[in-house]
Amino acid sequence: MGLPAIPIVNDPGLDEAVKDLTPEKISNVVNRIIDSETAARFKVYMKTCVHCGLCSDACHWFLSNDRDPRFSPVGKVKQTLWEIIKRKDSLDPAFLKECSRIAHTECNVCRRCSMYCPFGIDIAYLLMVVRRICSELEMVPQFLQDTVNSHSVTMNQMWVKQDEWIDTLQWQEEEAKGEIKTARIPLDKEGADVFYSVIAPEPKILAQLIGNIAQIMAVAKVDWTMPSFDGWDNSNMAMFSGDFETMGRVERYHHEAAQKLKARRIVMGECGHAFRGAAYDGPRWLGWRQPPIPLIHAVDFYHELITTGRIKIARKFKTPVTVQEPCNIVRGRGLGQKLREIIAATCEDFTPPDPDFEHNYCCGAGGGVINCGPPWKTSRVKGNRVKAEQLADTKAQIIITPCHNCHSGIEDIISGYKLGMHVKFFSEILMEVMEIPDEMRA
Amino acid sequence: MYEFVSGPLVWIAFIVFVSGMVYQFVIMLRSAKKDKVIYPYMSLKYSLRSLFHWIIPFASRNMRDRYEVTIVTFLFHICLILVPILLIAHIAMFSFAWGLKWMALSQGSATYMTIIVILACLFFFIRRLMLPEVQFVTYPSDYLLLAIAAAPFITGLAANQQWFDYQTTVIIHMITGSIMLMVIPFTRLSHMLFFPFTRAYMGSEFGAVRNARDW
Ligand code: HEM
Ligand code: HEM
Ligand code: SF4
Ligand code: SF4
Repeated sequence: MGLPAIPIVNDPGLDEAVKDLTPEKISNVVNRIIDSETAARFKVYMKTCVHCGLCSDACHWFLSNDRDPRFSPVGKVKQTLWEIIKRKDSLDPAFLKECSRIAHTECNVCRRCSMYCPFGIDIAYLLMVVRRICSELEMVPQFLQDTVNSHSVTMNQMWVKQDEWIDTLQWQEEEAKGEIKTARIPLDKEGADVFYSVIAPEPKILAQLIGNIAQIMAVAKVDWTMPSFDGWDNSNMAMFSGDFETMGRVERYHHEAAQKLKARRIVMGECGHAFRGAAYDGPRWLGWRQPPIPLIHAVDFYHELITTGRIKIARKFKTPVTVQEPCNIVRGRGLGQKLREIIAATCEDFTPPDPDFEHNYCCGAGGGVINCGPPWKTSRVKGNRVKAEQLADTKAQIIITPCHNCHSGIEDIISGYKLGMHVKFFSEILMEVMEIPDEMRA
Repeated sequence: MYEFVSGPLVWIAFIVFVSGMVYQFVIMLRSAKKDKVIYPYMSLKYSLRSLFHWIIPFASRNMRDRYEVTIVTFLFHICLILVPILLIAHIAMFSFAWGLKWMALSQGSATYMTIIVILACLFFFIRRLMLPEVQFVTYPSDYLLLAIAAAPFITGLAANQQWFDYQTTVIIHMITGSIMLMVIPFTRLSHMLFFPFTRAYMGSEFGAVRNARDW
């Protein structure tokens, strides 16, 4: 068909593992996963799809790669699952590398396509089945697998040791106290109203965000705590590699940490995938209909603080802003409206992106794709040109991005397409505009 | 020959169609129990909300964006389902056998609607050939299914218009009609059965779990 060749990417995680594969090993895993781990959804979706291609326009990969059919949602299912089902017992190892490339690095499991398929087929779920098969065959991009290994050894994503964690919290408490006298980071406090959890990159590379939240909590006079022990990290890369056993352990630790401290509810920092893991993918795997302790995302929490007046806005943010609506909290939890309301309450000059709300484009980083690391960065940035165009059209200077994955993904897009914009978490905006009573100031 | 195709074959076709649909339905219900999330998440309200947005033309964003497909597919499906049920010739056969009767389309409109179905099949065919994203996911079986869906309409029209030897055309028509009925439960044409359920599940997951819209 004259399609351009897809560049070959060397990824030791895949290139080494592929050497150990044989068609028998592959067929054992494929049969086990398909027979014992999938049921009605998988079977009905496979029977129902009429190969109409109407899901194509949903996918930013397809749109950004000049409508290359290999990047359409159903195109990705065709190149992976349809082949797997057709040739179950004679799949060659090299094909599995293709599967991992497509399912792990060229789909963000953002689920936009399930809003475009007239049958509501959950294509992201189908591609997760492919990831599951790959993961069971140890075919996972190296960087992604490293985060999973870290989860399974340390219960956090970035090999953070417990003493480092506590040190970081104490350091950030000092920083926060330098601004606001009453700022504290209460560790292991029982019965607090709020159990606050973050993802491991915060203590590792973005520690000031923890200092910020300590100040916000102090100003809003929230009764809160963080655990000194494992379970503080709410991120979950195993959910995206296909290692659901580890995913389940990580989610259980997180929820149990909050239970141990008898917290009234869990408030999660500004991260979308972590919220997805804690709010539905995790509970699903663990067989819980709902998480045991109520759980809300930071956007929900800030909305509550602002609308109840516990945080007052001193002056609105003046620079023109737009928003990156994270899939996992907007399409995944309907927080689009609340996000708009807190932006309206804090920013003067807001331009919405188009399309928006549930129809937002994914940042291109989510679903574990950015965690596949530098080898896959070029294709990831190329695969989201539509995002760059959409952001450029808003003519904003700041992109409010209440998600860690989106944050990094959008930064890559800004530099890749030379947009000259900047990304901020909502808490960073809040820090600039909230009213701090004089008696609190250090 | 005529006796066989207009008698036993029609019976066989209906029995295979109905029992095939029941079989697929039961299998679906059973495997839905194994898929732990389905029953707990199902919600009548959100199922209906989703169905509503996907059976009303242009009620969803993708239907508006791909308006040409929407127009054709609605005309196609409406005619495809109404014509065989409300056709005078078909009703006549039922009333001859069982004495049942129901409202019929006028012969003229039935013929126009038949032509619509045939043209729509042509549209789907061309779309499949021309659009790279559709062509890429097309198997030979997709053309075959399209032909199976079109055949009773083409042969029915040919019989009605008496283009060829009437008796032979009607026999071919009855065979193609029976084939279509019989393959529905066992091919992708079973989307007819699954459509309300896939929508209902996605609608429930979006509405009840994710608090978001799915259209
Ligand atoms: C299975 C047994 C079937 C039998 C015995 C049967 C019988 C007939 C007969 C006797 C005619 C009359 C031709 C005329 O006007 O002189 C006819 C026409 C027609 N049938 Fe069927 N049919 C069957 C199935 C189907 C199916 C499954 C479809 C479509 C889904 C279909 C669609 C049509 C159409 C479109 C016409 C022509 C209408 C027109 O141009 O006015 N038939 N059929
Ligand atoms: C009453 C239930 C049915 C529903 C709700 C339904 C729904 C759909 C939908 C949503 C599509 C998606 C693609 C598009 O919009 O073009 C489709 C395609 C299609 N349907 Fe149906 N359908 C039904 C019954 C049938 C029956 C009974 C047949 C034929 C025997 C049929 C034949 C087709 C064909 C051939 C296509 C594919 C067109 C292509 O090649 O792209 N449908 N249907
Ligand atoms: S990236 Fe999103 S839209 Fe594209 S196939 Fe994956 S889930 Fe669907
Ligand atoms: S829109 Fe749905 S039915 Fe059509 S090709 Fe995509 S997944 Fe299949």
